[in-house]
Amino acid sequence: MAEAHGSTAAGAAGVGLSKGDTGRGAATGSSVIAGGGTATAQGVLEVEGLSASYGPVKALDGVTLRAEQGRITAVLGANGAGKTTLLRTISGLVRPTAGRVLLNGEDVTRSPVEAMVTKGMSHVPEGRGVIAELTVDENLRVGSLFRGKVGQDEFDRVYDLFPRIKERRTSTAHTLSGGERQMLVIGRALLARPKLLLLDEPSLGLAPRIVAQIFALLRRLVDTEGLSVLLVEQNARSALSVADTGVVLNLGRVVVTDDAHRLAGDEDLRHAYLGF
Amino acid sequence: MQQFVNLTLGGVIIGAVYAAFALALVLIWRSTRIVNFAQGAMAALTTFIALSLIEGGQSYWVGLAVALVAGLVIGAVVERVVIRPVEGGPELNAVIVTLGLFIAIQALISVLFGVNQRAFVAPFSTIGFRAGDFTLALSPNTLFTLGAVLLVMVGLIALFRFTRVGLAMRASAFGQEVARLLGVRVGRMLTLGWALAAVVGSLAGMLIAAEVTFVAPTFMDSLIVFGFVAAVLGGLDSPIGAVVGGLLLGLALSYVRGYIDDTLVGLAALVILVVVLLVRPGGLFSTTQTRRA
Repeated sequence: MAEAHGSTAAGAAGVGLSKGDTGRGAATGSSVIAGGGTATAQGVLEVEGLSASYGPVKALDGVTLRAEQGRITAVLGANGAGKTTLLRTISGLVRPTAGRVLLNGEDVTRSPVEAMVTKGMSHVPEGRGVIAELTVDENLRVGSLFRGKVGQDEFDRVYDLFPRIKERRTSTAHTLSGGERQMLVIGRALLARPKLLLLDEPSLGLAPRIVAQIFALLRRLVDTEGLSVLLVEQNARSALSVADTGVVLNLGRVVVTDDAHRLAGDEDLRHAYLGF
Repeated sequence: MQQFVNLTLGGVIIGAVYAAFALALVLIWRSTRIVNFAQGAMAALTTFIALSLIEGGQSYWVGLAVALVAGLVIGAVVERVVIRPVEGGPELNAVIVTLGLFIAIQALISVLFGVNQRAFVAPFSTIGFRAGDFTLALSPNTLFTLGAVLLVMVGLIALFRFTRVGLAMRASAFGQEVARLLGVRVGRMLTLGWALAAVVGSLAGMLIAAEVTFVAPTFMDSLIVFGFVAAVLGGLDSPIGAVVGGLLLGLALSYVRGYIDDTLVGLAALVILVVVLLVRPGGLFSTTQTRRA
């Protein structure tokens, strides 16, 4: 049942991606079945046979998946399935014991964590990683530091996306609500101008209305700007409603990879792994 | 009244030096959660380097510049070589390493420069200004001490508030992992933090040497105690707290010295430390509450 797709050819094709490639937004979710090698699909991120351990405990066991250009790929599964470890291994915070990570065709498995953002990947960690002691504005500036001087217009654009945090720009980040923190970290990640956004449990502890707002915004960014998203979620129902492709993890292994609508419609699978 | 004025002046001046030293401890604590017990010995080493240059005929200013540069280099090397392997490990490891470093550097000073006391000549006159027939505990040299500490504080505040490097350093200190994910080279920032702290420590060493006029390899030992108390008083996390803590401690100890007894100064510092830890464990300017939020 596990539909592994180790298509390395698609990885190579991902090399000269242009950000202006926005036309595919219209194709949202319906055309692509995430099986190996759909001719037009370009793997921004290819994960091949990735394994990682915490001491004797194997957290990831040969995980293979890909995130495609201009799509939202949701990684689902119960607590302890290895979702967070997967993201942390992709960005280099956890070193894999086996396997490869390709970003736009480039092998980044051994790249330092600090370098990932310069290669076009932003990782928003679990628990809304705001730097609590810095102000909202300073948090955003940290996100753009590696790029050198960044114009005020880019900050204004983030503030336009999230008017809520604009009002709080001089407040220290620890005074923000959960939803505001999530907006801040997503905005901060966008200031890095990523091609690929890794999001770890953005819905955690947020009101359903805020979750819907944030997911709708993600969808819009993906459709209009060609952003690619790898979304880790325990809240499978919400995640599948916004994603194009779903990957179900259980005990560190990929159980199934399929079109998000089909996954949401598969009652047996939902009961067994997704809890809704 | 005259005694009160002079004790207050003396307290502010010595407090400024405590503040500088506390600031060095806070810089390191903030970024690496390590209390650098070797700070005093590192400062003593750079002071002795400067002293041997001055004794060799160089001007005080050449000695000062060399001491600050030596501090920068020693701080960076110590972080990269000795501290990096224990960063993120059990807290006790780092404590033992800095204590070991303290003993090793002090021994190194004795080997290089001998154990005898040596005279350290202040760069400016140490004769107090006069108001009528009343001699103030304020001399051109103490004005220099105050000015130098003030300059360093303003410089550090400007660095942290207004520069990109300062922002990167603060981000690294408060959210290491997040900073790395955002592309900040956290390792470099930690090295820079240690180097800056050692520069500030070296300055404190040079200033206190001019105040005490005789230096031996152990001359910074009492300053590490006072600097640590000042830093804890201010909350260990807060640069402004370190400055206020340093000034308060300087004043308190100066009054103890003048009104009670000279020999009670060390005891008084420890009493203040214990009382602060009992009443306000987070220090007067603690930011731990915000961290937990």
